[in-house]
Amino acid sequence: MFQDRYPETYLKILLPLIKASSAVSAILEEILAQALQELAAVNDLNQFDKVRVHYLGKKGLFTLQMKELGNLEPEQRRSVGQIINQAKDQFQQQLETCKNQLENVALAERLAGERIDVSLPGRGQSVAGLHPVTTTLRRISKIFASVGFKVVEGPEIEDDYHNFEALNIPSSHPARAMHDTFYFDAHTLLRTHTSPVQIRTMESEQPPLKVIAPGRVYRCDSDITHTPMFHQVEGFLVDTDVSFADLKGVVYEFLRAFFEKDIQVRFRPSYFPFTEPSAEVDIECVMCNGEGCRVCSQTGWLEVMGCGMIHPEVFKAVNIDSEQYGGFAFGMGVERLAMLRYGINDLRLFFENDLKFLEQFH
Amino acid sequence: MQISEAWLRSYVNPAISTEELVEQLTMSGLEVGSVEPAAAKFSGVVVGEVMSMHQHPDADRLRICLVAVGQAEPLQIVCGASNVRVGLKIPAALIGAILPGDFKIKRSKLRGEESFGMLCSEKELGLATDANGLMELADDAPVGVDIRDYLSLDDNIIEVDLTPNRADCLCVEGLAREVAVLNKMDWTTTQIDSVTIGCQDVLSVSVEATEACPRYLGRLINGVNAQAVTPLWMQERLRRSGLRSLGPLVDVTNYVLIELGQPLHVFDTAKLSGGITVRLAKADEALTLLNNQVIKLDNEALVIADDKQVLALAGIMGGSDSAVNNDTRSVFLECAFFAPHAIAGKARRFGLHTDSSHRFERGVDATLQLRAIERATQLIIDITGGEPGPITEVTTDVALPQRQAVLLRRERIVKTLGIALADEHVVDIFQRLAMVVQTQTDGWQISPPGFRFDIAIEADLIEEIARIYGYNNLPSSSLLMRSELSLVTEALLDIDRVKDLLVDRGYQEAITYSFVDEDIQKAIAPEMDVIRLQNPISSELAVMRTTLWCGLLKAALYNTNRQQNRVRLFEAGLRFIKKDGETQQQKMLAGLVLGDVYSDQWGDKARKVDFFDMKADIEAIFALTGCQVRFLSAQQSALHPGQTAEILTSDGETVGWMGMLHPNLEKQLGFDTQVFLFELDQNRLLNKRIPVFKSLSKYPSVKRDLALIVNEDVSASEIVNCIMGSAEPTLQEVVIFDIYRGKGVEEGSKSIALTLVMQDYKQTLTDTEIDAIVGRLLTLLNTEKNAKLRD
Repeated sequence: MFQDRYPETYLKILLPLIKASSAVSAILEEILAQALQELAAVNDLNQFDKVRVHYLGKKGLFTLQMKELGNLEPEQRRSVGQIINQAKDQFQQQLETCKNQLENVALAERLAGERIDVSLPGRGQSVAGLHPVTTTLRRISKIFASVGFKVVEGPEIEDDYHNFEALNIPSSHPARAMHDTFYFDAHTLLRTHTSPVQIRTMESEQPPLKVIAPGRVYRCDSDITHTPMFHQVEGFLVDTDVSFADLKGVVYEFLRAFFEKDIQVRFRPSYFPFTEPSAEVDIECVMCNGEGCRVCSQTGWLEVMGCGMIHPEVFKAVNIDSEQYGGFAFGMGVERLAMLRYGINDLRLFFENDLKFLEQFH
Repeated sequence: MQISEAWLRSYVNPAISTEELVEQLTMSGLEVGSVEPAAAKFSGVVVGEVMSMHQHPDADRLRICLVAVGQAEPLQIVCGASNVRVGLKIPAALIGAILPGDFKIKRSKLRGEESFGMLCSEKELGLATDANGLMELADDAPVGVDIRDYLSLDDNIIEVDLTPNRADCLCVEGLAREVAVLNKMDWTTTQIDSVTIGCQDVLSVSVEATEACPRYLGRLINGVNAQAVTPLWMQERLRRSGLRSLGPLVDVTNYVLIELGQPLHVFDTAKLSGGITVRLAKADEALTLLNNQVIKLDNEALVIADDKQVLALAGIMGGSDSAVNNDTRSVFLECAFFAPHAIAGKARRFGLHTDSSHRFERGVDATLQLRAIERATQLIIDITGGEPGPITEVTTDVALPQRQAVLLRRERIVKTLGIALADEHVVDIFQRLAMVVQTQTDGWQISPPGFRFDIAIEADLIEEIARIYGYNNLPSSSLLMRSELSLVTEALLDIDRVKDLLVDRGYQEAITYSFVDEDIQKAIAPEMDVIRLQNPISSELAVMRTTLWCGLLKAALYNTNRQQNRVRLFEAGLRFIKKDGETQQQKMLAGLVLGDVYSDQWGDKARKVDFFDMKADIEAIFALTGCQVRFLSAQQSALHPGQTAEILTSDGETVGWMGMLHPNLEKQLGFDTQVFLFELDQNRLLNKRIPVFKSLSKYPSVKRDLALIVNEDVSASEIVNCIMGSAEPTLQEVVIFDIYRGKGVEEGSKSIALTLVMQDYKQTLTDTEIDAIVGRLLTLLNTEKNAKLRD
């Protein structure tokens, strides 16, 4: 597409003959005009480069003119050089503008070409979730840990002594019937509650003690409202001055922290062989706000935990002087709290591990 | 235990509503489980008397009756019941009556004969679930009186879920006593007088097991009519207590049980041989119980026997051989105090639980027997007639429960409850609870009554104060206590951190049962000894898991069977194994993946998950601990022999296993895709390296790539270990970036391409130095692993 009207040979011959600056100007004007015209016809960076090289490259027309300056008389060099530089500068300016335009066009093209649908999902592994029982256990642990309770675990295959005897439940005790125990042999069983951790901790550590013991427990019972395995959190505190008022305070504060609500709580006298006095704790039904519904059997109250002051017989079993020390203990069902917190209506869902269920708790 | 509210209020009737009464009981520790009306809603039913009756002309089964209902004229009512007869008193529903189920009685015609009402059965009135003919009312029932009034049906059945310590409330009198205390009211017990002796016949009673049976009372009643009908008021009270009428003799014993809390038993005298002995059974004896269950006895079972055989399991259930029936003419009435320890747990041993055993094992008032036997005698002779003989009593005083006075110290009340109560208040609470209070300087000596078995120590007394004072009236305080800074062990990684990592890498946490199907366990871990439950809930949940894989595989199947074709699960929990005869409970962490690497997506070509995807997850876990582990090719019965790695610590201890589920198991368990599994021992996994600082080099590192030809059976890690073990001080890292087999590489060999990273702490390495290092490494690799540089 180039029509080279000024072959270098032609210029080479011509230039030395030129004596007058005016003549040089005329030639350069012509070159410049031609260069600008060619530049105007450029419409991509490729063509642009060719034009640039043609005029400003090592063998470009302007470059050659400059090289020829050496052949001129010294007095002529300055004025001719000026003329060439002027023309060259003018061309370079135009070149710059042209380049910017071309780059802008190219950028616009690239941007248009690289447009994506940002609504498409991201690539790679998706995050899964914890089991709602774990989430609930963690919340409970975190609340108690914030006031210095230590998390302790214990064995799930337990002996009769730690699960029953030391907790003031001798073999003939009617409370045993309520525990529906899984046995391996006469002395070995699956723990029916997390209370044996209380015994094991008190056997090995000295008061003051502030402990919570979360974990799996087992009862030989399976129907709509019972699964043969479930989770409990046992908590206990032993120190020199502990009263029922402290127990009430801890339980109130825990329940309010757990449900993140200034919830109504009531204590009812109850019976556990390992605490005296013993209490059941009810909260105002979180499903109906205490109005009465199916979940709370129209009573407006939901039973959420058992608790009491640690029985002197229990202290005796672990050689702690109950005249010097006192303590309280509480226990709660984790699934029950998870059900209330997340509105789950079927206990059995917890252990079917249906992804459709579990995924709801991400 | 369930009772009629009206019966309770016949003893003590505070001016509070049913709701308030129920709330009061619940809040005093006698939790009310439910309150149900004693009868369904109905109206317009009165006592009627059949005056005359004749056959319906067009229907064999129907009778046309004239029934007196207290109106001017008797009503003509057509009736189909087989027991309808002249003179019978029955519930008659009048025109306009509404029966349970919103059934309206209208004037009607039955096969052309007009009927102005309906004669009712118990079922039709909602008083029973089935009925055999009309409900028969007593002969003295007042005609025309509303049946609801006559049967006191406007009553509630209150069910109290009693805790095992409150046996004293397992009867109406006990609950009445409690209600009186709570309302600060007086009440009186049922007036019971001694009956007039009608005959002198006695049966000898000998108590051998005096510890177990401190008191035994018995009496003969001759000439009873066992076919007499239990009066309706008694039947109704029994019904509202959840007991069916079983004939007057049994009904009376049940009635006294509910009324006073004393279990009694009646034997048919004609079926007894000689006298009564209370003793422990002999090893070879057997007994057929009233429920026809045959039990084999042993010398721990307390029994009632005659000269020939065992008659009853004492305090639990009678035997069928000596049971009363319609033909019984004479009974031996037993009323005993069996010690709780003698009964506790015994019924359960035989799979029994009866109203009697329930009370005896919790404790029956040992002073109650004389009152109870006189009460039952009176009721029996009132209903069935008969002549009572004198009472035979065998009491061993020393064996009777002693009620010791318990010291209650004033300061312990404050210390335990956080509240100081006025002395008068304390004394008043205990006196209302029928306890004897003796004041002393620092507190009181308090003796509980015979019916309280749960007051033995000071804490029991403090609970009584709390209970009567009201738990909700007691103070509550904010926790103020000693605290110490807790220990934070940096060398142990928290399992929660690992769980979070797995969750972030797309693993969903599962929680599966700790007991599993023995067959599945055997298939997965045939070499492991199982720990078997004695009383599993089902064969699917019968043995303790020796690996968490059992549960995860089952959970994965549950999901693949529900159209989930991508499953990623993990679980943390115990496994239970036998090692050298000892049970070990090990904390494990296990995972399972199957299906595509990513869930359905548009961005990458879909690809099934493989060994190395899961390995990256495991490496990520170990990266948290900073500890080096090795993956060794190994064999594991559940896994694919060519895709199994045993994971070892740097000390060579096994941390766990990973690999592909063996294709045989994949098929056997019902998977249609490859399954990858891992299981790690938490104790070894969670050991964390505490970082130790190493100074940084100021000089640039240099990389050199090598391609090595090695034999197929030389593993990549062997090459890496060989290089890293070379003791070249400047060597920092080896990274494998390609494995190649095929053209240019001999069959049975492979090419391993790797990058060596070298860096010196004192200078920039020169080419000559680097060439020397690489040369030394190549010589080492050649000697140790027969590796050659690829051309």
